[in-house]
Amino acid sequence: MAKLGPAHYSPYPVAVYEGILTPPKGKALLFTEIVDEEQAMREAAKAMLTRENATIFPGPQVLYAWNDEAKEKAKLIKEMAQILDAKIIPMYDYRPKYPKIDPEVEINPNHPNLTIWHNKIKACIFIGVHCHYANVALKIIRSETDCFTIAMCSQAGHEDAMITLRDQHVEEIEKFLEVAKEVKKELGKA
Amino acid sequence: MRMIENKVEKNWAGQRIVSPDYLLFEAPREKHFMTGSEAVKEAVKRASVDASVSYPITPQSEAAHLIGELWAEGYVGVYFRGENEFGVMSEVAGAAMAGARVITTTSGPGTLRAFENFPMWSGTRIPVQLVLMARGVNSPLSIQPDNLEVDFLLDTGCMIWYAENVQELFDMILAGFAVAEQPDVHVPVITAVDGFFVSHTREAIYLPPDDIALPPYAPYKSPMPVIDAEIPPGRFLRDPFVMKSNYISYATHASWQWEVRSAIERSRPYAKHYLKGLTEEFGEKDSEVVFIACGTAASQAKEAVRMLEETEGIKSKVVKLKTIRPFPYEEILEATKNAKYIFIPEFNVVGWLEREVRKALYKKSDAEIIGTPRVAGGMTMPKEIIVREVLEYIK
Repeated sequence: MAKLGPAHYSPYPVAVYEGILTPPKGKALLFTEIVDEEQAMREAAKAMLTRENATIFPGPQVLYAWNDEAKEKAKLIKEMAQILDAKIIPMYDYRPKYPKIDPEVEINPNHPNLTIWHNKIKACIFIGVHCHYANVALKIIRSETDCFTIAMCSQAGHEDAMITLRDQHVEEIEKFLEVAKEVKKELGKA
Repeated sequence: MRMIENKVEKNWAGQRIVSPDYLLFEAPREKHFMTGSEAVKEAVKRASVDASVSYPITPQSEAAHLIGELWAEGYVGVYFRGENEFGVMSEVAGAAMAGARVITTTSGPGTLRAFENFPMWSGTRIPVQLVLMARGVNSPLSIQPDNLEVDFLLDTGCMIWYAENVQELFDMILAGFAVAEQPDVHVPVITAVDGFFVSHTREAIYLPPDDIALPPYAPYKSPMPVIDAEIPPGRFLRDPFVMKSNYISYATHASWQWEVRSAIERSRPYAKHYLKGLTEEFGEKDSEVVFIACGTAASQAKEAVRMLEETEGIKSKVVKLKTIRPFPYEEILEATKNAKYIFIPEFNVVGWLEREVRKALYKKSDAEIIGTPRVAGGMTMPKEIIVREVLEYIK
């Protein structure tokens, strides 16, 4: 992603139109740069530990026990929240909520900015959100807010997030937790 | 998909599952002689296709019925005739949303009858493949080679690839599934060919064995949940933020549409790999006379390149576009850096490819862009006509 939002009136320009694509296998995206995964993990941990009201947004792929990986990831996400001193606000489905959502208890991909505005969230992690909905939400967040977005994706990643980590499965999330612990220690917050 | 003896993984048709790379680039191939319609059958036979729906319209009818034969032979899971093209495109969408790999075919006015479905396909992120055997759109009806309907499809949010010949059609159908089903792409692919010139013409083609096939579609990698199982029995379209006229729905719609277009852009590296580039050049690399074309217009332009050199001593080249969406901006810019004259031969009256090329080169090239020769309604484009028009401009 080119820069932190708020970017524009509408979700434009989107990252691919600035020439940024999802990172190749084994790599990550840090703003516009393709970097090593560990470097991106360190910057992600730092953003979550230093920006206000850091929040993890887990999606349906980790909120429901679809399979053993989902269950394992869910446990790790709870641990992640503790290490990063972050809140958890779930995106438990993708239906738009009318007449309004309760932004203290959920986030929705069709109007994610409401939750971010209400809770004054300055850094967040998307994890377990289906790629299309993550991408729709990340574009709106960049457009409407100054929230630093981090995508931990089990597939190819999300170029509209400020940091993209791709192919994130149990092993990679465990690695991220170790990196986060180190960064926390370095920041004197452990 | 099932595991059988010797742990060889097979699809439900009993074919050995191989990687797209093996199927496209490594498997041994044998020479055959067949039409474009028959090539469609051969590609679908090796594509682990779950479902196909057909409706007759010239010139794609034969391809559609040959896919039906594959169903009878046990290679395609579900096959039936739709009520009309609108029904066909809706029915394949339903199958894709349920997690099936699907393919269908259409032509000319059938495309327009089905039209509302194409942006719905891309908006619901289904990797349907449509083989479009172009025949044009006109009243009174034309059933001749013409590719006007491609112009209508350009902004539907679908990838659009263009095959020049029977061989390329076969390879593109297989590559189409491999690219369209990438989780970060996952939009439909329309594989276009010129009707009759390709669909009905027998050509040499090299095919891998028919006992190997693509891996089955993996719907759980889809960027959207397969169907919407939140509320039984499952809804087939997404929740209607469309119905709410407020700022939130506007932002969501905007983001959604950008996301569909972004998905096409993300297909570039995959398409470059499986198609061996988004463009292909023929002729003298540094030529000042360049033809930009797709489909059989590229074939004719190649003949013109030969004739220009043999009869006039003029060196020229063809830049053949394999993909229209994504549009190969960088490749065209690089390929035309020495160009003084860029000719765009087309089989339609509107010159949609000329428009695309002008947009790509606007303020980036000093070359004169000439949208000619342009023929339509079934007219052919002899190399002599192309050469004559080139000579009129450059002399």
